[in-house]
Amino acid sequence: MALPMIREILAQVFKIPATNPFPARFLPPSVTEFLKKVGAGEATINPPVATPPRFRGKIVYDRDGCIGCNLCIRVCPAHAIEFIPETKRVRIYVTQCIFCSQCNDICPKGVLTMSPEFLLGTEDRFAESQIVE
Amino acid sequence: MSDGTPTKKAPYVVPIGPIHPALKEPVQFLFEMEGEVVKKADFAPGQTHRGIEWMGMHRNPVQIVHLTDRICGICGVTHSLAFARAVEQIVDIEVPARADYIRVIIAELERIQSHLLWAGVAAHELGFDTLFYLAWRVREESMDVIEYITGNRINYGLVQVGGVRRDIVPDQHPTIKKCLDGYRDLLGKMLNLFLNDTTISIRCKDTGLLTFEKALELSCVGPTARASGVVKDVRVDYPYSAYGDLDISPILPSAYGGGINGDVYDRIVVRLLEVAQSVEIIETCLKEMPDGPILWESKLPKLLSACKKAHGEAVGRHEAPRGECLHYVAMDGHEAPAMWKVKASSYSNLHSWIPMLEGEQLADVPIIVASIDPCLSCTDRVAVLRGVKRDLMTKEDLHRLSVEKTRRIQGC
Repeated sequence: MALPMIREILAQVFKIPATNPFPARFLPPSVTEFLKKVGAGEATINPPVATPPRFRGKIVYDRDGCIGCNLCIRVCPAHAIEFIPETKRVRIYVTQCIFCSQCNDICPKGVLTMSPEFLLGTEDRFAESQIVE
Repeated sequence: MSDGTPTKKAPYVVPIGPIHPALKEPVQFLFEMEGEVVKKADFAPGQTHRGIEWMGMHRNPVQIVHLTDRICGICGVTHSLAFARAVEQIVDIEVPARADYIRVIIAELERIQSHLLWAGVAAHELGFDTLFYLAWRVREESMDVIEYITGNRINYGLVQVGGVRRDIVPDQHPTIKKCLDGYRDLLGKMLNLFLNDTTISIRCKDTGLLTFEKALELSCVGPTARASGVVKDVRVDYPYSAYGDLDISPILPSAYGGGINGDVYDRIVVRLLEVAQSVEIIETCLKEMPDGPILWESKLPKLLSACKKAHGEAVGRHEAPRGECLHYVAMDGHEAPAMWKVKASSYSNLHSWIPMLEGEQLADVPIIVASIDPCLSCTDRVAVLRGVKRDLMTKEDLHRLSVEKTRRIQGC
């Protein structure tokens, strides 16, 4: 009976885990309680794996440089961008966004960029953090 | 039943799925059993239809190319590449040579990660979870390189109509080369762990047989066809992108020294050897990548207006990790295409389940089902049933039946 895996398993005992323990190094009794403590400054979060240089995270919008040309709306695959006629500016719904960064490519003024921020989970679709304008 | 005499009893039917722990994706199987042996197998896909083609008909090609990224969770570049190639033919776009090489590099990285993912799933289906964890750990290295090149782990967003959106600069070469060298060293180990292991041999050899004739008859594609000895690979048969410049040939299980049986074991051999082939392809492409632009038209509004003027129809093909993927696009001078049809690679392979499963034991069903690397979420399209009556009871129908019964009992 050939079991070449045995050597591999024995070597594995002396290796550190390949995964990054997140958000805490050891599983807390309640993750929600732990995150509340982090919010209050009583505990620290174990940092996530660093994002690569070209990572596409939450969109950043420079409102003052925008000329309201609507080109970003034409290429957004997810219809995540809405034009506000009163102010001639756009509103971006992060919950809709698929992070393709196509709007960054087409923007003639370069006012749209992608930040490395990726911890965006929330229960409210229309929370302040989920709307960029 | 144990003495093998045919019985007059109705066969025992075991339904598995649509949602079942042994299946990684939603599909329903119906097995007519005789003891432990599957006598007759049938399956019903269509549980994850998402109407993605319909969504595409309301969007322009530049939008759709990112929608195609989301057709499959594993093949992030396959569908966008096939779609972009179809649109490029209609609009008559010549893709710059450098973009072609970058497309090949990312497509081969995808093949590496997809095959390693499959190897892990196969080990898991055999109950060999240690190997499953190992395969998935080494897969992460290719995912890291993909993330390093494109910016994201799964939905790369790299392919654009007329080229690619991100260049591979010389500064990135050392990281990519390090990953490739890692895989080259690892391959001997993976082949040893998978192919010399008694547990895997006894479960996979002569299991899920698909003969050469059956594979041809059912038009199987990709590693499933090649494991049965069918010499078929879009990269070689109809070279596209930079594949025409490369010296590659389809990998058959005989490359490992054994014969061609068309069993699950051969499918493992083909996929592991294809990982090695992909490593070589990426290395060659990095070396021979020409300089030049990476996009046919870097100004997106110009690209959009060129697409809007185009008339015609075309088929874009790509050899996905699972086999040939095909996109049919027709455009008639509007923003959105007049027709967009996706044929995912698993569509051609699903029917090979029936000859594979019949005559096998119920315990072999998970590994045989997984052995063709099915991807049902990409495959599911609208199925129109003609001449078949299908009973579907809605809430209103049931209410009507209930009222009718009350009236019947009361005799009024």
